[in-house]
Amino acid sequence: MSNSRQAKPALYSQTLLAGLWRENPTLRLLLGMCPTLAVTAAVKPALTMGCCVIFVLVCSNIIVSLMRDLLKPHVRILMFTLTIATFVTIADLILKAFQPEMSETLGPYVPLIIVNCIIICRAEACASKNGLVISIIDAVGMGVGFTLTLCVLASIRELLATGAVFEIQVLPLARDGGWFVQWAAMGMPVGAFITLGLMLGLVNIVTGKKT
Amino acid sequence: MDTLNILLMGFISVVLINNLVFTKFLGICPYLGVSGRIDMAFGMGMAVTFVVTLSGTLTWMIDHWVLMKLGLEVTRYVCFILVIAGAVQLVEMYMRKFFPSLYDSFGIFLPLITTNCAILGLCLFLTLWGIESLLDAAVRSFGAGIGFTMAICIMAGIRENLNLADVPACLQGAPITLITAGLLSLAFMGFAGMIR
Repeated sequence: MSNSRQAKPALYSQTLLAGLWRENPTLRLLLGMCPTLAVTAAVKPALTMGCCVIFVLVCSNIIVSLMRDLLKPHVRILMFTLTIATFVTIADLILKAFQPEMSETLGPYVPLIIVNCIIICRAEACASKNGLVISIIDAVGMGVGFTLTLCVLASIRELLATGAVFEIQVLPLARDGGWFVQWAAMGMPVGAFITLGLMLGLVNIVTGKKT
Repeated sequence: MDTLNILLMGFISVVLINNLVFTKFLGICPYLGVSGRIDMAFGMGMAVTFVVTLSGTLTWMIDHWVLMKLGLEVTRYVCFILVIAGAVQLVEMYMRKFFPSLYDSFGIFLPLITTNCAILGLCLFLTLWGIESLLDAAVRSFGAGIGFTMAICIMAGIRENLNLADVPACLQGAPITLITAGLLSLAFMGFAGMIR
């Protein structure tokens, strides 16, 4: 007993760190690509999206973890989806009430969190097998890992598309007498696909992964 | 004539201009996963087309004839996902009973379609675009499926040839697929001016 209690803090920090890098949902597991590509034209929507995902992930992991003994194998996925759909509705209503402009920008991508593979994957792989504390830590780790990836991708795209990061002008624009010419393509779907592709390539170099 | 024109415009716009994969980033996961071989890609595309037509039409009917009448728009997402899961289950049961060979060739793809964002995405876009008639909704749903099939088949064709190319080690697999998709979406941007 004492042995397992000693191991707990190490297990917690390991679970937390796994989501940030070793099992980073976007970069290493290639989950949740649709929102990653769609909302990263600028940092602000990316950050909002990340916060929504963290909220839904934590709440659904809590509920799934609490009802894990009641789950029947054949209706499992349906139960997960319904739980997630409920929390996404809550997140969407909160966003509509307090951030109406942002809700407009994100459009259907907030309700699309329901079918985000990250959340179903975590419910299936972690919350339906583990206790409450581990599930919450896992959700926070995964959510933060997802948000960080989103923000990095969005900063690269926003910087190259408008010369600004978080709507603060960083590079002097050519039309205002500076030297930077905007890359309109970076704000379009092309930029999203190619930047993410190159980022994944970079991650493969860093980790030395051979495919 | 006028109705036909609207329907045709809607179809072309959802296949080429608002292609779900290239401009709305929906259905990227199966797009990366099964676009390795062209026959599997076509099978996946057909399954998605079938489910998206069915669920797009059904959700439009539920949304307009039940939820909006009763003022229950809050429960929209829960209803949509239930309808989609139900439609997928129905298709699966029907195919296992009447077309066992087709069922075997689809295999794991069918249940996976439930979590395909292209399906739910399209149902939400139908609401967002403010589609007024049932026929228009059905045609657009069908068009979305065709657009997805087209995108995934083009990609599978390119990837079969890509196997022979000398890709840098770090870019093999998903990265090169994403970069190819980027170039494809650049090509599809050319359609943007077709309909005002």
